[in-house]
Amino acid sequence: MEHSVVLTMRGISMTFPGVKALDNVDLTLYKGEIHALMGENGAGKSTLIKCLTGINNFEAGEIHLEGIDGPIRNHSTLDAQKKGISTVYQEVNLCPNLSVAENLYIGREPLTKFHTIDRKAMVAGAKRIMADLDFDIDVTQNLENYSLALQQMIAIARAVDMDCKVLILDEPTSSLDDNEVEKLFTLMRKLRDQGVSIVFVTHFLEQVYAVCDRITVLRNGQLVGEYPIAELPRVKLVAAMMGKDFDDLAAIKPEGEVDLSGAEMMIDAKGLSHKGTIKPFDLEIRKGEVVGLTGLLGSGRSELARAIYGADKAQTGTLKVKGQEVKINAPIDAMNQGMGLLPDDRKAEGIIADLSVRENIILALQAKRGMGHLLSHAEQEELADKYIEMLQIKTASKETLIKQLSGGNQQKVILARWLATDPDFLILDEPTRGIDVGTKTEIQKLVIQLAQEGKSLIFISSEVEEMLRTCNRLAVLRDGEKVGELDGELTQERVMAAIAGGGDSE
Amino acid sequence: MSKVRKLTQMKLFLPICCMILVMLINVISDVAQGNGAFNFFSISINNGLLYGRIIDILNRGSEVAILAIGMTLVVSVSAGTDISVGSVMSLSACFCCMLLAGYGVSSTNEFAMPLIVGVIGCLAMGALCGAFNGTLVAYLNVQPMVATLILYSAARAIGLLLCNNLIVYVRVPSDFTNTFFVGYDIFGSYIGPIPTPIIITAVCVLVMTLVLKKTALGLSVQSVGINRKASRIAGLNSQRLILLCYIICGLCAGIAGLVASSRITSADSNNIGLNYEMDAILAVALGGNSLGGGKFNLAGSIIGAYTIQAITTTMYNMGVSTSQAPVFKAIIVILIVVIQAPPFKAFMANRKAKRDLKRAAKEAASV
Amino acid sequence: MNKPANALKERRQINSNTLLLLITIALFIVMYVVGCIIYSSKGFTHLQTFLNILINNAGLLCVACGMTCVMLTGGIDISVGALISLDCMILAQGMSEWGLSTIPLCILVLVIGVVFGMFQGFCVGYLEIQPFIVSMAGMFFCRGMTAVISTNQVSVPADSLFYKWANFKIELPFGGYYNKKGILQVPYIRVSVVIALIVLLVVFLLLRYTKFGRSLYAVGGSEQSAAMMGLNVKNTKMKAYMLSSFLCSIGGICYCLNTMSGSVSQATGLEMDAIASSVIGGTLLTGGVGNVIGSFFGVLINGTISSLVKTNGKLLSSWANIATAALLCFFIVLQSIFAVLKDRKK
Repeated sequence: MEHSVVLTMRGISMTFPGVKALDNVDLTLYKGEIHALMGENGAGKSTLIKCLTGINNFEAGEIHLEGIDGPIRNHSTLDAQKKGISTVYQEVNLCPNLSVAENLYIGREPLTKFHTIDRKAMVAGAKRIMADLDFDIDVTQNLENYSLALQQMIAIARAVDMDCKVLILDEPTSSLDDNEVEKLFTLMRKLRDQGVSIVFVTHFLEQVYAVCDRITVLRNGQLVGEYPIAELPRVKLVAAMMGKDFDDLAAIKPEGEVDLSGAEMMIDAKGLSHKGTIKPFDLEIRKGEVVGLTGLLGSGRSELARAIYGADKAQTGTLKVKGQEVKINAPIDAMNQGMGLLPDDRKAEGIIADLSVRENIILALQAKRGMGHLLSHAEQEELADKYIEMLQIKTASKETLIKQLSGGNQQKVILARWLATDPDFLILDEPTRGIDVGTKTEIQKLVIQLAQEGKSLIFISSEVEEMLRTCNRLAVLRDGEKVGELDGELTQERVMAAIAGGGDSE
Repeated sequence: MSKVRKLTQMKLFLPICCMILVMLINVISDVAQGNGAFNFFSISINNGLLYGRIIDILNRGSEVAILAIGMTLVVSVSAGTDISVGSVMSLSACFCCMLLAGYGVSSTNEFAMPLIVGVIGCLAMGALCGAFNGTLVAYLNVQPMVATLILYSAARAIGLLLCNNLIVYVRVPSDFTNTFFVGYDIFGSYIGPIPTPIIITAVCVLVMTLVLKKTALGLSVQSVGINRKASRIAGLNSQRLILLCYIICGLCAGIAGLVASSRITSADSNNIGLNYEMDAILAVALGGNSLGGGKFNLAGSIIGAYTIQAITTTMYNMGVSTSQAPVFKAIIVILIVVIQAPPFKAFMANRKAKRDLKRAAKEAASV
Repeated sequence: MNKPANALKERRQINSNTLLLLITIALFIVMYVVGCIIYSSKGFTHLQTFLNILINNAGLLCVACGMTCVMLTGGIDISVGALISLDCMILAQGMSEWGLSTIPLCILVLVIGVVFGMFQGFCVGYLEIQPFIVSMAGMFFCRGMTAVISTNQVSVPADSLFYKWANFKIELPFGGYYNKKGILQVPYIRVSVVIALIVLLVVFLLLRYTKFGRSLYAVGGSEQSAAMMGLNVKNTKMKAYMLSSFLCSIGGICYCLNTMSGSVSQATGLEMDAIASSVIGGTLLTGGVGNVIGSFFGVLINGTISSLVKTNGKLLSSWANIATAALLCFFIVLQSIFAVLKDRKK
């Protein structure tokens, strides 16, 4: 296969209010290759994809597509599709209530001379398309009758049939099992051999090495580099994604290891699991201990925490809190056991956007006390003042709506919400995502301080550096499974090797 | 400029504005008809009873105001409206009259059961209907308006069944001159010089205000209405809250039904509470509450309710018949929701931006 | 080479939607057979009883077809009952007072339907206002307008072409029988039934064989996906409401052919019957699933219920309303349970 360039993106920059989402990023795509786009959350992968497909409007840079003179700029996904750039997302963007054939042809149905849909031609065409890709399925069945994997491949088939040169697969494997992933890979290789260029966005390292030819790595909106697959072993890839540069923060961890082995057992989970997200795991956490959950995004680190907290009700296993076996059906049960969860998706599960800072702070405490025991206005104000002062929340007043605050300050408000309930055990899921460096350090300091006060914490972060600084012990997750624990001397190398797992780890 | 903007952004701007507008129209029409300019505002006492157009509006608007209390909560918590309130009013009233007159009796001069049984039955029926709606919405995830559509059409029919297809009259008047006898007309007539419905509404509003002040209901309802997922993580039981709001709404419909049927001392299943769902929803929208759920403002809804009544009364004064009035209310509702609609807001903002740009360009050119 | 498709397991199950439709058809048959057994002495077994159900519900059938189209997009239109009363009033008042003839009036009614639907559709599609609120305002608007035209009951004059249409019997060549007096009773249908059946057929073909029909399904299935695949979602929604109001106006003409009069309180609760018919016929409230054949059976069930109540003679007519509402409730709960089960399977 000759290596002509199909697509080049040069110097793409884009800012969201307050954040430089992309800073001078390049991407080169050759004909007939599978190109992995890697990076942790917030690295700018999806922003880059959206710039390409016309959802985002980039500020600087140029995109060139083979066969088109001059730089191109798409204004909608449709626009991009017409130029031969198709995207298939993790959530299949097809209509589950229509037949496979209709999904393949909707918007461009073959017509009879009466301008009605030629169903026969449509079914025949659909069969041909699927047969071309070695699929032998009944195309008249509704899409929802097929597995997610097959739906995904039908989405790909639609994209390919619409004369696509560049196929973008945005985390297509997240909800597939191993067998299904293998089918998808077979299809991807087949398409590659037909000359389609594929951009493959994923979190799964194994998959990158299984199918990709080259890798582009992004971090914090910047290009880290572009590597042929053979030149970038697993551990180096993890290092490139997570960054090795130690920010020059003073060590905030107290000197000397504290021996916690004698401390009271706070959380003792045995065989907890939630179908489809986290396989059965055991986890013990002692009083005053900070346990980090590490692993790549989608490895099950959030899901593990959520199963303990009852945000996703655990379907198997037992949970003991302070030695007592408890049954947790809903978050309120966990709260009554002294737990708290700061969720990773701040916007969807954290803030109540239209309520004030004060109301957001007291919400959890109020829910815990019950409907009839309203905190008096004086108490509410006192709490709000206390935490605004303590966490240095930058807000015009405590009656300001939380949606008007910056991300970091919103996060502090949610943190205050949980501190107000005086929890014994606090789960912080990505508390430092999308917030400025100063606030990050403050939150890390707070974690250590809370542990010293005798509280137990689970700390989840994409940044290994943070984990090393705050955690006593790390639990490592990979592909929805807890694969091990690290304690004793924690170093970056050890953690990254553990995250990368098997294969060519050094 | 900024002062004007501040004023328009005040919570009660819309309802108070509408109120003032309606009063102005009244004053103008009074003048045009050759009456005193402030006829609208005059209050007098005839035969020991309060009279005046304001009193009339307060009195007649009672049912809508009571309904608006419950409707405000339902809209806030579930981003949907309860369109069954009018029918539930009718059903509760029928149940009450059936209890008081006995099944199959079309007219009675004495209670078959103590009045209190009737009243409790009426309220319980309202709450039961609310619980039915609430269960469908909260636990079976049916869209609020589809769920309430069932009772919207069935409740009146059930009411007719309870009354054996009759209009049941409970002609048991109160007697305070010699004895202290409370009749069925009490809820629709006067206590002392003040119309009872006004007192009942005042009590309802007061109770609700107290509940909102003394419990965390308001905070919880708004929180669930704004972000159900986050509220759950923060420990709120959203399903139970939604159910509770619908029960309260049903209860309010029961109270309103009692008042409405007491006014005519009978239960007329086909006509009690007719078109009231529209008025109640309109009251909530006029009160400055978004029909998309979330934050609510009870005072706004109450003012909205009386504004609706003022509009209705004004229309009647101008010779519009009862059955024609919905035309205007429908137009007002559409106007309000169009103004609230995000695409419309975006469109206006876009236009304003363009205008500003043009102005800036002009200024630049002139300089 | 390896054939991946053979290894992939197709998750075929009994389609819950087909199941709903089957339940509906079975329900109709059971109901009708039970009616025949109980009321055989009252003539329930005659073909004419069935035809009367069709005649009485011709208008409802048209409305239900339109309602199905709107519900396929995930919307709802509760203005239909009021629009019918407005249509009937215009027809009656137009012929008796304004001195207009039948044909122009029918055209006027249809045009009003389209314009009204366009406005509602614009509010729902382009302004993204909840369909319920829009159509509720529409409902009150139409009822009010009816009252503005006249608050009395107005009858269609007997010398009009419309009157001739209404009384035109189309006799069927089969199914006749001799009554007790020995006179041949030939079963017949009326013009309205023919109109309604044509509407049913056209809408069936429209939904199945045209781009517009399929885009209704697509929008209802997943609005986001439909937009991604290049369909104009807003426009499709608007057209759905236009179609609904247009069909509703045809239904209004059929309805008027039965009642021959217009009044403010006409067709109250018809929106409920139409929605119930669609839902009972297997149209999902969330949109994307359903067809007019199901709605046809829904209408038949509706008609059978009221026919049974009428034939009984002793029952209050409100029983028919309650039974319809109870059925609607039952099917809504059933849909909700299916949805939960489907979710759980994923």
